Amino acid sequence: MAELLFWPALLFYGEAALGYVGEVRRPGVAGNAATWGVRLGWLAQTALLVVQAAREEGFPWGTWAGSLNLFVWLVVTAYLIWGCRRPYRLLGLVVMPIAAALLVVAKAGGGTGVGSKSDYSNVFLVLHVGLVLAAFAGFTLAAALSALYVWQERRLKQRATTILRRPAPSLATLDRLAGRTVLFSLPALTLGIGVGIARLVDQGERVDAVVVATLVTWVVWVAYFVLRLTGWSGRRAAYVALAGFVLVIVVRLALPATHFA
Amino acid sequence: MHLVLVGTSHHHAPVELRERVALDHDQAKELAEHLGEAVCLSTCNRTELYLVADDVEDAERRSVAALAALEPQVEHALYRLRDQAAAHHLFRVAAGLDSLVPGEGEILGQVRGAYEAGTPGLVLDRVFRQALHAGRKVRVQTAIGESPASVSSAAAALAEQVFGDLEGRTILLIGAGKISEQAARNLLSRHARIAFVANRTLDRAHELAERFGAEAIPLEEIGPRLASADVVVSSTSSPGYVLDAATVERVRRGRQLLFVDLAVPRDLDPAIHELDGCYLFDIDDLEAIVSETLAGRRSEAERAEAIVAGEAEKFHEWQASLEVVPAIMSLRAHAEEIREAELRKAEGLLGRLDDTERQAVEAITSQIVNKLLHLPTVRMKQAAVSPDGVLYAEAVRHLFGLGKDER
Repeated sequence: MAELLFWPALLFYGEAALGYVGEVRRPGVAGNAATWGVRLGWLAQTALLVVQAAREEGFPWGTWAGSLNLFVWLVVTAYLIWGCRRPYRLLGLVVMPIAAALLVVAKAGGGTGVGSKSDYSNVFLVLHVGLVLAAFAGFTLAAALSALYVWQERRLKQRATTILRRPAPSLATLDRLAGRTVLFSLPALTLGIGVGIARLVDQGERVDAVVVATLVTWVVWVAYFVLRLTGWSGRRAAYVALAGFVLVIVVRLALPATHFA
Repeated sequence: MHLVLVGTSHHHAPVELRERVALDHDQAKELAEHLGEAVCLSTCNRTELYLVADDVEDAERRSVAALAALEPQVEHALYRLRDQAAAHHLFRVAAGLDSLVPGEGEILGQVRGAYEAGTPGLVLDRVFRQALHAGRKVRVQTAIGESPASVSSAAAALAEQVFGDLEGRTILLIGAGKISEQAARNLLSRHARIAFVANRTLDRAHELAERFGAEAIPLEEIGPRLASADVVVSSTSSPGYVLDAATVERVRRGRQLLFVDLAVPRDLDPAIHELDGCYLFDIDDLEAIVSETLAGRRSEAERAEAIVAGEAEKFHEWQASLEVVPAIMSLRAHAEEIREAELRKAEGLLGRLDDTERQAVEAITSQIVNKLLHLPTVRMKQAAVSPDGVLYAEAVRHLFGLGKDER
């Protein structure tokens, strides 16, 4: 059942990713189709997660691939908050290909089926994995907003003649939303890391590469936050957010093997 | 009943002629009342009379006479349309497809105003309501009205691309001429605040500043005031730059600024655009953007035309159904008469029934009549759209012995 739900989710996310490409070429029908693709894909993936939760006795996304599946769902959920509004459709051009690709990786790692229960306790997994993934989803959205900012700013600098024919959200809006998203995501990451470190100390386990990379990621996002407080905004802040996102991807994809039980 | 349109527009008459047949709200209302069932649509681009009449030639003659009474020369610039063509034209007008700038939104309100001031009967009521519906549908389903169509509205739209909502954003106007004023009005309509008007002649600056509740300043004070501005719009006749990049860099303190230079020769140092967070658009940039958005409007217009054509077809079907409605009504009245007469004849037998049984007989006989007439009614309405649709109605009258006077 869970495996059956994976395919419509992937199909709709893929359709949405292609639809957003079409939206850039000619705004209108393709964008509407893409938006519906996101909605329907999200519903299918939600159903997939519900089935996984119902079949497992404990927290079903404690493995690397399982957590990636949950991460994709959180990213798309965060995107749905704004993405369906017309000016923000361009965000989908960044978010949906990432979502579709990561869902495929999750599937390849066995994270979309059942029977992937972790050895860790449920409370720890909910707090640690749940909070860290929610924060990473927020950072992904902030990075997408920042990427859109860089693109929009470039169009203004180039005085692109199509700038009003294909309007994007304003620079001020993109900058503000990215900052606000990080404001909500950073405490979640801090708490998630705190729970993880507490368990690490309690169990007397060793610090691995994922822990180090996550701490570096945390430092970068804290720096982003502090720099904003000191007046940094616009393109420079957007570049810091994009650097933070690269670290999120490294933590999610490149260094997971030693961290998950 | 036929729909008749007689009028002139910017496609057929120059402004010198159009202005002589232009009518204000009260004059348009008076003319509509004078003509009977009529609506008079008069804007700066058109004056059109919509009438409903059985005698089309007479309605056209009266309309032409009414417009010629305002200006005899207009007679040669008038167009005449009937029924579906007239409805199609009105729908195109309401959708902004017949406007000078395709998709402009003001016309929809003008069509509504004309409809409310007119004396519409059944047909005009239907066609104008449908025109308003078509106009709204085109605006919702296409992007025809979304992009700016003038340099000054493009400047305001660019400000929104940088700052989003312009409420509370401050504008510094350099130059107090008509172009500056026009740009300022566009920014004001988006809730920006005109804070300063700088001009070489301070009297002229005061005059414009008063209108916007702004402060008039001499050109020398532009630098210091730049610190509290978000958008700078410049349009002076100065031979050199009135603002250079060094001044901007010194006072802007890391804030984003949008500069709009509408002057030729240019007022603002092009190097300003190279500064981080500063965006400068000159008249050529704005004209290129407007030209691109107008091309976009034209491509959206193709989709809008399809919507309008669909609405015109619906009107045609409705109007055609009017031809058979009297026949259908006569047929139903005739059948009902027969039913009631037969029930009266059977009164001797029915008199023995109690109220419940009597009501059951009434219901059954009514149902039989309705079921028998349902299909012929539907078929007649369907056939009404075809050119020989009226023949069906005539055949029904003949077969059931329904006289014309039974309408």
